[in-house]
Amino acid sequence: MNTSVIELDNLQKIYRTGDVEVRAVNGVSLRIERGDFVAIMGSSGSGKSTLMNMLGCLDQPTGGQYRLNGVDVARLSRAELSRLRNLKIGFVFQCFNLLSRTSACENVELPLFYTNPHVPLRDRRERAIEALQKVGLGERLYNHPNQLSGGQQQRVAIARALVNKPELVLADEPTGNLDTRTSIEVMGLFQELNDAGITVIMVTHELDIAAYCKRIIVMRDGRIIRDEVNAARLFANDQRAALDASEQHASLS
Amino acid sequence: MIQELTSPLLRVGLTAMIAFRALRRNKLRSTLTALGIIIGVASVVSIMALGRGTQKRIQDEVSSLGSNLLVIFSKSRRTSAAAAGSGQSGNLTLEDVKAIRREIRIVKALSPEVTLTAQAVANGRNWSTTIAGESHDYLQIRDWALTRGSMFTERELSTSARVAVIGSRTSRELFGPLNPVGQTVRIKNMPFTIIGQLKSKGAGMGGGDQDDRIVIPYTTAMRRLTGEKYPRLVTLQIHSDDLMSAAQEQITALLRQRHRLTEERNNDFEIVNQKEIADTVDNITNTLTFLLGGIAGLSLLVGGIGIMNIMLVSVTERTREIGTRIAVGAQPRDILLQFLIESITLCLLGGAIGIALGYGVSAGATMIPNFHPSVSIGSIVVAFGISFAVGVFFGFYPARKAAKMNPIAALRFE
Ligand SMILES: Nc1ncnc2c1ncn2[C@@H]1O[C@H](COP(=O)(O)OP(=O)(O)O)[C@@H](O)[C@H]1O
Ligand SMILES: [Mg+2]
Repeated sequence: MNTSVIELDNLQKIYRTGDVEVRAVNGVSLRIERGDFVAIMGSSGSGKSTLMNMLGCLDQPTGGQYRLNGVDVARLSRAELSRLRNLKIGFVFQCFNLLSRTSACENVELPLFYTNPHVPLRDRRERAIEALQKVGLGERLYNHPNQLSGGQQQRVAIARALVNKPELVLADEPTGNLDTRTSIEVMGLFQELNDAGITVIMVTHELDIAAYCKRIIVMRDGRIIRDEVNAARLFANDQRAALDASEQHASLS
Repeated sequence: MIQELTSPLLRVGLTAMIAFRALRRNKLRSTLTALGIIIGVASVVSIMALGRGTQKRIQDEVSSLGSNLLVIFSKSRRTSAAAAGSGQSGNLTLEDVKAIRREIRIVKALSPEVTLTAQAVANGRNWSTTIAGESHDYLQIRDWALTRGSMFTERELSTSARVAVIGSRTSRELFGPLNPVGQTVRIKNMPFTIIGQLKSKGAGMGGGDQDDRIVIPYTTAMRRLTGEKYPRLVTLQIHSDDLMSAAQEQITALLRQRHRLTEERNNDFEIVNQKEIADTVDNITNTLTFLLGGIAGLSLLVGGIGIMNIMLVSVTERTREIGTRIAVGAQPRDILLQFLIESITLCLLGGAIGIALGYGVSAGATMIPNFHPSVSIGSIVVAFGISFAVGVFFGFYPARKAAKMNPIAALRFE
């Protein structure tokens, strides 16, 4: 039988600060199949990031069960979790989290430093360049983050997430710091990855960004309140063309 | 499987590379941070080198004295005939010297000494120098060689012959490059035939130039030049090193008996073992070197605290980087190793620069005449070892702090 990539069973995360108890994630049950493209929406504080951190094995739930590829994550050691993050999961953050004063190429190589078995220097460089070419930055290999635009920086971050050919890409508000056009470009990249078979889960609070996904989950107060297939899916290529056209129109008039 | 086995080493290598990059990115700050270590190591290394130089110099001087030497001084320095005539005892007499020679078999050779400063005139030149009256054994006792001619003999000694052996400096002053042997030098208007020229010995214990002197038989000096009845001191050479204290005891007993000293009276002479003095000075130098080295080592401690401080700052500054690394698969021990290697590298670099500086100071100090400080391999190894230890010790806490970071909090860090 084909197992789901992600299976959540009554997942909980409770933060205790003094006497106050915050149920950041309060009983989430969910299945995500291989090749899905999921948007998690919801207002600020609804528990989206907390859920994503647990999905990315950066944080441990306080209750419930999380099976990744059928494996109960709670049973894994720290080293195994690190290995899992390194090989199976790619992270994309809202504020890019690139190393400053470090070239795009070296930034993309970062996960390969921690890959076991060891990846030789030449392979690291080759794979980083390949990933950067895939996100359209083949010309900016040796630029430092401060020499790149926000959209380009996020593309470097996506290349970094891709470099180890993960099964799952987790993106927490990847377009939160980007303008409309670059947001569309980034969504286009995610759609390409998804077309290539990678499961993508992203958090966003913008409806027009979620519209590029296949499935939309809405959270409130740590629970899922809606989970449906996106019937009116947008495609980045069409949107970009439309944007070009409207801009041309604006400049002509 | 093989890759799994080799990977710990590879991981250290890779982590070291990451650490080097971080240091290179912050060149100025890295250098300033290492300054404490640089200064500390430089001072330890140079102090050790200078201490070694001092010790070497003392040892040179000790060996230039000759080996197994005792010197007997008279405590009451009454050397004039008038004082002797007053019937006062307490002087070291030539009779005493003869008695020692006769009765104490472990004395190999001895030389009573009288010295005076006088003008030496020769070759139309005039030079004020030390005239030393000694026995024919003097050169053997002092382990002193001749470059030309020969030493006076026992016969010349007993006949108070007017013969002289000239020091290399005195010879140069009076005769320039010419051969002085066979020439005549006038001391207090008395002609002496120069029969030998001494090899150069350099500055002595007291700093005086040992090469500026004329050695003549003590008999001649006492009878013809000073009129003194008593030698100023007697230098003795003992047969072997382990007989030194025995010799000291026997001579003391003999002299006390000869001077008729009763139990309750103190010695009226003094016996000095030159080696002992040199050893004491050597010990003091050694202690002083280590004391100063230790104080300099304290600056390493201060340097280490500086390293710790900057490493803590660096860990905080790079919180997001640490979060990112953990997110992409770094394990806590990778992070620990990264920061540890960074601080160790800083310290070792500082140590290397410090050693180079210390080497420079030591090289500069060789300009001082007769002083040869040298940086020992041992002190380089110790300096590197200490730098490494400082790096580990002061780097560990910040590194552990980095390794223990919660990745989520780290990624959110402003
Ligand atoms: N480390 C924490 N300690 C205590 N409360 C937390 C912590 N992290 C998040 N929370 C709380 O959990 C809730 C969900 O937060 P989060 O998952 O960041 O929401 P979202 O990403 O949807 O905006 C919020 O109420 C937040 O205050
Ligand atoms: Mg959030």
